[in-house]
Amino acid sequence: MEQTWRQAKAAFAAIAVPPIAWLFLFFLAPLAVVWGYSLGENTGPVTIDVTGTFANYMRAVEPLYLEIFGKSLVIAGLTTLLCLIIGFPVALAIAFASPKTKAWLLLLIMLPFWTNLLIRTFALIAVLRENGYVNAILEWMWNNASGVMAIVGLQPLGDFEPLTLLYNNTAVVIGLVYVHLPFMVLPLYSALDRMDRSLMEASLDLGAGHLRTIWSVVVPLAAPGIASGVLITFIPALGAYLTPDLLGGTDSQMIANVIERQFKRANDWPFGAALSFLLMYLTFIAIAVQALVQRKSERRG
Amino acid sequence: MADQGFTSVPGVGASQREPKEKPGPLEYLRRWPLRVIVGATLVFLYLPLITLMVFSFNTSRRNVVWQGFTTDWYVKAFNNESLLQAFVNSLTIAFFCTIISVVLGALAAVMLWRFRFPGKTVIEGGMALPIVVPEICMGVAMLVFFARVMPWPMGMPWPLNLGAITIAHISFAFPFVATVVRARLASFNRELEEAAKDLGASEWRTFWDVLVPHMQPGLIAGALLAFTLSLDDFVITFFTAGPDTITFPVKVYSMLRFSVTPEVNAASTILIVVTVILTAVGLQMQNNNEAKDKKA
Repeated sequence: MEQTWRQAKAAFAAIAVPPIAWLFLFFLAPLAVVWGYSLGENTGPVTIDVTGTFANYMRAVEPLYLEIFGKSLVIAGLTTLLCLIIGFPVALAIAFASPKTKAWLLLLIMLPFWTNLLIRTFALIAVLRENGYVNAILEWMWNNASGVMAIVGLQPLGDFEPLTLLYNNTAVVIGLVYVHLPFMVLPLYSALDRMDRSLMEASLDLGAGHLRTIWSVVVPLAAPGIASGVLITFIPALGAYLTPDLLGGTDSQMIANVIERQFKRANDWPFGAALSFLLMYLTFIAIAVQALVQRKSERRG
Repeated sequence: MADQGFTSVPGVGASQREPKEKPGPLEYLRRWPLRVIVGATLVFLYLPLITLMVFSFNTSRRNVVWQGFTTDWYVKAFNNESLLQAFVNSLTIAFFCTIISVVLGALAAVMLWRFRFPGKTVIEGGMALPIVVPEICMGVAMLVFFARVMPWPMGMPWPLNLGAITIAHISFAFPFVATVVRARLASFNRELEEAAKDLGASEWRTFWDVLVPHMQPGLIAGALLAFTLSLDDFVITFFTAGPDTITFPVKVYSMLRFSVTPEVNAASTILIVVTVILTAVGLQMQNNNEAKDKKA
C-alpha cells in the first residue's frame, strides 16, 4: 500500500524535490518558453516579443506547410506499416522459438538498436548510393546476364544503369524502416509471448489453417501489443530529422527538417516554435488515439 | 550457436539440417517461410553495419571494391585531433549524464512507487513527457533555453563547457531510468521495509540497506540505458552544442557532410565496438543479478 506523503514529510521532500525540480527547470521551462515564442513575433534581430499573436500558427496551416505535415504523416504511416508487415512474422517466430534461440534472436534484434542512429544511417548510405553495394551487385548480375545472353546468341543487354536509391522519398522510408524495426518487433514479441497458446491450438485443432488462425485468433489477442508497437514506431518516425536530412532529396523534407531550418538558418524562431508545437500536438493526438484503442480492447477482453 | 535460429539464414544450411520429425503446430521458427523472413530481416539489419566495419579496413578510398587490408584509416582517425576531442567529449558527457540520471531517476521512481500525494498523476505524466516528446522539439527547446533564458557561460574550462549538453542529456535520460527502476520496485515486498523500521532502522538506513540493494539491477540497467542514450544522441546535442563543444555524433555528421571517407568508417566502427562491449557487460551483470535473485 502506498504511503501518504503526510506520514513522512521530510523523507518525501528529500525524495521528491530533486527530480521534480529538474523536470520543471530543465524540461518544462524550456518547452514553456518555446510555447511562448510560438505566440510571439520577431521585433528585432535578436528580440522576440510575446504578443499573443496566432499569426505563426496561421502561417503553419498554409498549403505549403500543410503539405509538409501531410507528407510527414504519410511517410511515418508507411514506415509504421512496413515495420508491422516485416516485424509481425519476425516477432511471431521469436515468440515461438525455443528459449535459447529466443534469447539469441532478441539480442540480435536489439543490437543494431544500440548502435548509433547516425552510424546506421551512414551505413545505409554506403549500401544504397549510386556506386554502393546494392548497385554493385546489380551491375555484376546484369553483366553476367548480358554475357550469358551473348553466349546463347541473343542480343546482349545494354550498359548497366545504376538505380537511384538515395536522395528520394523511397530512401527516407527505407532508412526509417531500418532504424525503427526493433521498436516494432519488441512490443509485438512481448504481446505474442504472453498470449494464451491453447487458443491457437484449439483453433488449429478445429480445422482452421495457420493464416486463418493468425488472422482471427492471434491478431485480435495481440491487438494491444500491435497498438503500442505502432505508436512507438510512428512517433519517432513522424519527428525524424536525421534520416530525411541525410537520405532524402530536396522534395523529401519532413516536418523536423523544416523546424530545424527555421531555428538555424531562417532564424524565424516564432514560426519554428509554432511548427514544433504543432508536431507535439500531433504526437499527443497519436498517443490519445492509442490509449482509446487500448481501453476499447481491454473492455472487450 | 547450434540452435535452429542460426541455420535460418538463407544458404547457411537450412537444407542439411532438415528436422527429422515434422515441426510441431506452433514451432513457427521451424517453418521455412518464417525462416526466410527472419533471415532476410537479419541480413537487412546487419549487412549495412558489417560492410561498414569490413570496409573500414579497405585500402581503397572509393570504398566499394575491396583492394586490400589496411589499418591506415584507424591511424588517421586516431590522429584526427578534433575527432578525438569529440570522442572524449561524448564519453565525458555520457559519464556525468549517467551518474546524475541514475540518482534523479531512482529518486523519481521511489517517489512514485512509495507515496500518495496530490497531483501525482500530473507528475507522472510530466515524467513521461521527455520520453514521448519528439527529439526535434526538445532540441529547439534546449536551444532557446540556453540561448535566451540561461546562457551557459562561454569559454569555461573543459569539462565545464559541456554543462549545457550534459543538462539537456540528463533531462531526456532520467525519465527512462525512472521507468526501469520503477519496474524493478514493483517486485519489492513492502513488509521488508516495515520490518527494518520496526527493528529500529532509521528512514535513511532502511532506504540504503534495504531498498537500494533491491533496486540494484534496475539501477544498473538504467545506468546502461542513460549512458547509451547520451552517447548516441545527435539531434538534441546538435541544437545545444556550441562551436567548441562538439560531440562524436555531431563531428561524424559534419565529416559526412564534407565527404564520405573510410576514416568515418573507422571512427564509426570504434563507436559500434564501444557500445556493443558496454551493452554486453551490462547484460552480463544483469544476468548475474537475476541468477542471484533466483538462488535467494
